[in-house]
Amino acid sequence: MPYIPHTSEDTQAMLGLIGASSIDELFREIPENLRVKPGALNLPPALDEHKLMAHLTEIAAKNIDMTKVTCFLGAGVYDRYVPATVGAVISRGEFLTSYTPYQPEASQGYLQAIYEFQSMIAEIYGMEIANASMYDGATSMAEAAIMATGIKNRDRVTISETVHPHYRQVLDTYCWSMGIEVVTVPAQNGLAGDMSTVESACVIVQYPNFFGGIEDLARAKADADKSGAMFIVVSDPVASSLLKPPGDFGADIVVGEGQPLGVAMGLGGPMVGLFACKKELIRNIPGRIVGRTKELHGDKPGFVMTLRTREQDIRREKATSNICTNEALMALANTVYMMALGKNGLTKVATSSVRNTQYAIQQLTAAGGKLKFTGKVFGEFVLSLPKNATEVRDALLKKGILAGLPLGSYYQGMDNDLLVAVTEVRSKDQIDHFAQSLKEVLA
Amino acid sequence: MNRRTQTVPEPSLIYSKSKAGRIGCNVPTCDTPEVDLASVVGETRSELKLPEVSELDLLRHFTNLSHINYGIETGFYPLGSCTMKYNPKINEKAAGLAGFAQLHPLQPVETIPGALEILHGVQSMLCEITGFDAITLQPLAGAHGEMTCLMLVKAYHASIGEGDKRKVVLVPDSAHGTNPASAARCGYSVKSIPTDADGNTDLAALEAALDDTVAALMLTNPSTLGLFEPNIEKICKMVHDAGGQVFCDGANMNAMVGTTRPGDHGFDCMHLNLHKTFSTPHGGGGPGCGAIGLQKHLEPFLPVPVIRSVGDTLIADYDRPHTIGKVAAFYGQFLMEVRAYTYLRAYGRERIADISRYSVLNANYVRERLKEVLPPAHDRPCMHECILTAEKYKKEHGVRALDISKRLIDYGYHPPTNYFPLIVPECLMIEPTETESKDTLDDFCDALIAICHEAVENSDLLHDAPSTRIVGRLDETLAVKQLDVRWNG
Repeated sequence: MPYIPHTSEDTQAMLGLIGASSIDELFREIPENLRVKPGALNLPPALDEHKLMAHLTEIAAKNIDMTKVTCFLGAGVYDRYVPATVGAVISRGEFLTSYTPYQPEASQGYLQAIYEFQSMIAEIYGMEIANASMYDGATSMAEAAIMATGIKNRDRVTISETVHPHYRQVLDTYCWSMGIEVVTVPAQNGLAGDMSTVESACVIVQYPNFFGGIEDLARAKADADKSGAMFIVVSDPVASSLLKPPGDFGADIVVGEGQPLGVAMGLGGPMVGLFACKKELIRNIPGRIVGRTKELHGDKPGFVMTLRTREQDIRREKATSNICTNEALMALANTVYMMALGKNGLTKVATSSVRNTQYAIQQLTAAGGKLKFTGKVFGEFVLSLPKNATEVRDALLKKGILAGLPLGSYYQGMDNDLLVAVTEVRSKDQIDHFAQSLKEVLA
Repeated sequence: MNRRTQTVPEPSLIYSKSKAGRIGCNVPTCDTPEVDLASVVGETRSELKLPEVSELDLLRHFTNLSHINYGIETGFYPLGSCTMKYNPKINEKAAGLAGFAQLHPLQPVETIPGALEILHGVQSMLCEITGFDAITLQPLAGAHGEMTCLMLVKAYHASIGEGDKRKVVLVPDSAHGTNPASAARCGYSVKSIPTDADGNTDLAALEAALDDTVAALMLTNPSTLGLFEPNIEKICKMVHDAGGQVFCDGANMNAMVGTTRPGDHGFDCMHLNLHKTFSTPHGGGGPGCGAIGLQKHLEPFLPVPVIRSVGDTLIADYDRPHTIGKVAAFYGQFLMEVRAYTYLRAYGRERIADISRYSVLNANYVRERLKEVLPPAHDRPCMHECILTAEKYKKEHGVRALDISKRLIDYGYHPPTNYFPLIVPECLMIEPTETESKDTLDDFCDALIAICHEAVENSDLLHDAPSTRIVGRLDETLAVKQLDVRWNG
């Protein structure tokens, strides 16, 4: 086994020093009846590296991946271009195989990269600070809501129905276990309804929302202010790079999914949760934070994990959250991505998405679909079809198009509605092909 | 003795390399008609202060940063409780296959039979290895798995009408901080259980704490003292007799793989850290990967979807009336599961036990080699990690475990975990893992022995350490006071 370097001489010499006659003897404190007999586990046989790779390649080939179809499916996870530099950096062993940077002198590289990550995420969201990442967008939102209940000392959170249904499901689970009530406000024409609440710790909206609609954040913020609720915005970082960012509307906390910034879709994992907020809230936030400091006995600048007394390993049950491991490697991917694209590249990606989306709306509505809602959209929209959306999606899949997400299982009365996303990697030809195929399917 | 001195460029923030007009990526071109942004999306932002750098400058930036970062591939990483084993390269290659990496989590489940095969395969193998009836791979990290387990316990107690009275979770004083924090996250209050002089759970204290308010005991086995809990069956029975559930913190599963199964010990549920035991890379602090195992009575409450077989077909089952709901947006850390699957298939039934056998051999070897200079906290064979105390150096020479750790950096090693578990004074927790050779362990032990001699003869070397890295010890108080957590131009 190449992963275990012991020769039989090594093993004998080691046992000799320990004073044990066999490795089995080292396990003598485990009651005999609890020990597994050698080879007794019913596992598949070992495969050598060549056979193993062939086996995995065969399994992978059973899936219909995005190299086989054209992807118009989004709903929180987007088919965007990932520059080659991202993979080159995050596969470096010094980053890939390092632990959490608890020993800053041996971890300055990662600490600096995360400081840069925090800087750029805060900038994109228009917020004062950001943390070092959370698990994913959904759990990041749930953590923000729970943080608000602690600050406001209120046991209720209010969320718009236009927030991603999976995020709301995760919020429900987290809140159920903590005895927090979740109030869901119905949508109006695909946008958040009246978000003013009574005794709610926070108001949560998504920007752009699940349907792609650009919410009126000024109004939602005013609604939150009426009852002194905190204002939490779930935001796509690519959209935020072009639109007026949530921070400009007075958001207290902005969370989101970092996958669109250079992370493979990977069936939705690993992804990376983004978490940004006002600086005055920094002592209440979950997760790790990297800060800049200086040497204890010198003047050189350096980076450390800071405000550590919020965290579980020190504060235990009084910690701001139970999160320990985060998504550092994906945050590093985000960092490389944001630097590679920079201001102009990211603006171009966002603008191209808007152009492609507008073109797709024209072509698909001409092909027999209708826009479900009338509000402004960024890179995604709901297309109403004269037929069941799942059937249309399945028929289009046979023509090589992953057309979007049928909404019937998420929202009542939306069986004929399809959520369609068009990113910067889609071409005019691909959109035309989609429209032509839709026409055929609807005929 | 300064073994190595780093000669790397002084790091500077990426912003110092930025010039307006540069770009580090060939952005996809757009061939659809231009639009009037204001009329389509409304108000756009006035500025976006991101760095503008060329592709080569970008790569140099990160390559240079990587040179001042320590990973398993840099050198020995004996960080206790973290299982810093080799992360095989074939796992990375497998996870990079388009058939895995280029899947959308919301594409029709009929189009991802291969992905379900991976998920179900990992579940089945982990069931066999842990002895549990069911596994879910949805939790995104270890602490997330702990929390999910407690949610299952909560749902279970609610289902038998005991939800209102069972509000307390018992946690040994040696436990990881995530245990009490996860309990709090599920609305439980936490009661601490002491450890006895031998390093085992104090049974009398446990007995006294058990009543009908107790929802669960969270027990790490082997404990964070690196010791197997010999009374484990009795402990589980005591808790069950009081109507409570027993959760196993699986951080130390590496000591048990193929040798003993927590599901056979009496535990009701456990979490696993696939990023520890099953070799998915730690990535600088994540992604984690937190599978959980559970007995049949907790199965109805599993988060959705549940990946299971119906005849010859695998399905993602959302139709689960008693489910706690979702704890993560999609299927969990899928590409990490691909890596774990690859790892498990490389070992197979023939070699799987070698993981625990050689990790325990290595830990006992290090313990034996160091016992004269750094005595073990307990006089018992250890499991996959050994817990040593540097108390005498503190008392006699003013040298702390932290100083010894920092000095190890000068010798080219990552320090062990120190000051944990909290109940051992001046604690050093060393977990060598099975992937390190006797030669590496000998060199490391020689270094630690030399450092212990330095502590006696020239303790300044330790107090001033590290002196060979890009920075010396950093001022953590200043970091809190000035709170510089982002670049502000």
